[in-house]
Amino acid sequence: MPSRSLELLVGFFVSLGIAAVFVLTFRVASLDSVGDSGSSYRITAKFENTGSLARGASVKMSGVRIGRVRDIGIDPETFQAVVTMEIDGARNNIPADSNLKILTAGLLGEQYVGVEAGGDPEPLKDGSVVTFTQSALVLENLIGQMLTSFTQKEPKAAQPAEPAAAAPAP
Amino acid sequence: MTTAADSLVRVRSLKFGFGPKVIYDGIDLDIVRGKITAILGPSGTGKTTLLRLIGGQWKPDAGSIEFDGIDVHRQSRSQLFELRKRMGLLFQSGALLTDLSVFENVAFPLREHTAFPESMIRDLVLMKLEAVGLRGAAKLYPSEISGGMARRVAMARAIALEPDMIMYDEPFTGQDPISMGVLIRLIQGLNKSLDLTSVIVTHDVEDVMRIADYVYVLSGGKVLDHGSPAEVQHSKSDLVRQFLNGEADGPVSFHYKAARGYADDLMAGRE
Amino acid sequence: MNFLSPLTEGLRGLGRAVLFLFTILAGIPAALLRPRLILQQIYSVGVLSLIIIVISGSFIGMVLALQGYRTLVNFGAASSLGVLVALSIVRELGPVVTALLFAGRAGSALAAEIGLMKATDQLSGMEMMAVDPIKRVIAPRFIAGLVAMPLLVSIFSLMAIGVAGGHAIGVELLGVDDGSYWSQINQAMHGTDIRDMLIKGTVFGLAISWIAVYQGYHAAPTSEGVSRATTSTVVVSSLAVLALDFVLTAFMFH
Repeated sequence: MPSRSLELLVGFFVSLGIAAVFVLTFRVASLDSVGDSGSSYRITAKFENTGSLARGASVKMSGVRIGRVRDIGIDPETFQAVVTMEIDGARNNIPADSNLKILTAGLLGEQYVGVEAGGDPEPLKDGSVVTFTQSALVLENLIGQMLTSFTQKEPKAAQPAEPAAAAPAP
Repeated sequence: MTTAADSLVRVRSLKFGFGPKVIYDGIDLDIVRGKITAILGPSGTGKTTLLRLIGGQWKPDAGSIEFDGIDVHRQSRSQLFELRKRMGLLFQSGALLTDLSVFENVAFPLREHTAFPESMIRDLVLMKLEAVGLRGAAKLYPSEISGGMARRVAMARAIALEPDMIMYDEPFTGQDPISMGVLIRLIQGLNKSLDLTSVIVTHDVEDVMRIADYVYVLSGGKVLDHGSPAEVQHSKSDLVRQFLNGEADGPVSFHYKAARGYADDLMAGRE
Repeated sequence: MNFLSPLTEGLRGLGRAVLFLFTILAGIPAALLRPRLILQQIYSVGVLSLIIIVISGSFIGMVLALQGYRTLVNFGAASSLGVLVALSIVRELGPVVTALLFAGRAGSALAAEIGLMKATDQLSGMEMMAVDPIKRVIAPRFIAGLVAMPLLVSIFSLMAIGVAGGHAIGVELLGVDDGSYWSQINQAMHGTDIRDMLIKGTVFGLAISWIAVYQGYHAAPTSEGVSRATTSTVVVSSLAVLALDFVLTAFMFH
């Protein structure tokens, strides 16, 4: 074996292996591009609660993926979650007053950001901040709300009965 | 017997065995500087073992082996390696490295032990190959050359570091008359031109008698006889004469020793 | 005496193997000064194993995706396919299957090569040329196995999860969303998983190279001896890999 091609092949093998480690370590998703068009722009939105939304999750409009969640952080003043999303450059006409919701795919599926188009003629641009947002449905909160509404209803239901029962007494 | 000064290797009351099997039961042996010494003996007497003991690959159970006044078996590993650079051992098979070409095989000890520049290694290797008549085969691989050629390449490799002594293990086994003649000429020629000491271990009596200066005959773990070829040929020992003349029966019986007599053995099957 | 001898023989073998490992380790510094020799061995144990690793990685990833999808889709959890494939590959199948293939492909070749070198007196010849075969022949091969294994494991895992295996079947064929495939992997996998994978790969590489060079170096110098060394390299190192995998997993499990 000529020494040059030996070195070349071993070099190829080792760099392939290291590249594989690298890709696996950074878990692919956070490094690859958003869409087909190549270009992209970033928008941010604030949510009360992001649930289990994660980096790399899809951003979908009418069920079609148009971008990825790039980063999730905390606003140091309001303590709201700040979600940065990268949107496919081809979708450059999304109305600025669009509504963002954190939704769940199926009953057990992962969470994603759903975009509901608004009516503003002005489109979202790089660096835009979306103001209309709806937080993730957190199951515990939902159950908590249901329980409080039950416990609130019960006394209400009992109260009208009291005067009714008392009425014949006098 | 020779004096201490002119013997390169001195073996004294050497004992060695594999487990219960005794190979050497106290032998004394001197290998004289600048001469060709032949060590003869029937197959299975452990002649190859002797070379490995001299080379320090195996340790004797008792006794000593001195090479140029240095006890081979009392050296540290690195000292032993220094000593081995001064002796070459030619294995029966040649023991060429099969993944290297003939050229690289001869260059191997030079590359391992010297820091010579490439051009110098090239010149040296070609010189050694020329000496054994195989310069033309430099680019071939061990699988592409005959057994006799492999032995000649191994010789070129053995002389690459210019040792004091070369030990040949059965160099003539399985050779046709022509390559046998070539090998004999080479052993003799190299011994003279490079001022080497040669040790040939063989059971090929006739050919080695022509070139040997001194002969040892070993059998049954003992030195049976030693002396110049002429002296040994007229040995008093029956066994030595049987061996040298190649007779089928004699002190070494044609029959392997059996537990009981022939007739008894035949009868035993009928019971 | 008779029924004890297999035990004492086994213990002797183990002791010899451990001492042999120390000899190799002592020879490593000298071998590192000759990077060319190591390079050559990385070529023969690593580069030459690449094709079998890439192909098996792809198929195993594909099978896992098909099987996983069938189960997950019943729970409406097909989007978790990526996690299933990635975790099974990175934590278990990647290192273990790669190691088994490596034992079969590289370990057996290593044992046979060294055994034949011994049978043809090449090792003795080297020793008589004052060249230490441990440093010149054994240590470079040992180091190469140690270096090549974790790299092969990584390539195998990447093929199985991403490039051609689970991703090709799950996303391209079964229509699992690409984003959720990766984002779920993202959430479930941590850096420690990759680290553990590399640790397993390195330990397996050490075990296989050790067993292979030991078997080759201590083979009986006959054709039967070499064939026996080759066989027992594959058998012993496969068993060692599976046993070590259990021990390592138990440690990593916390």
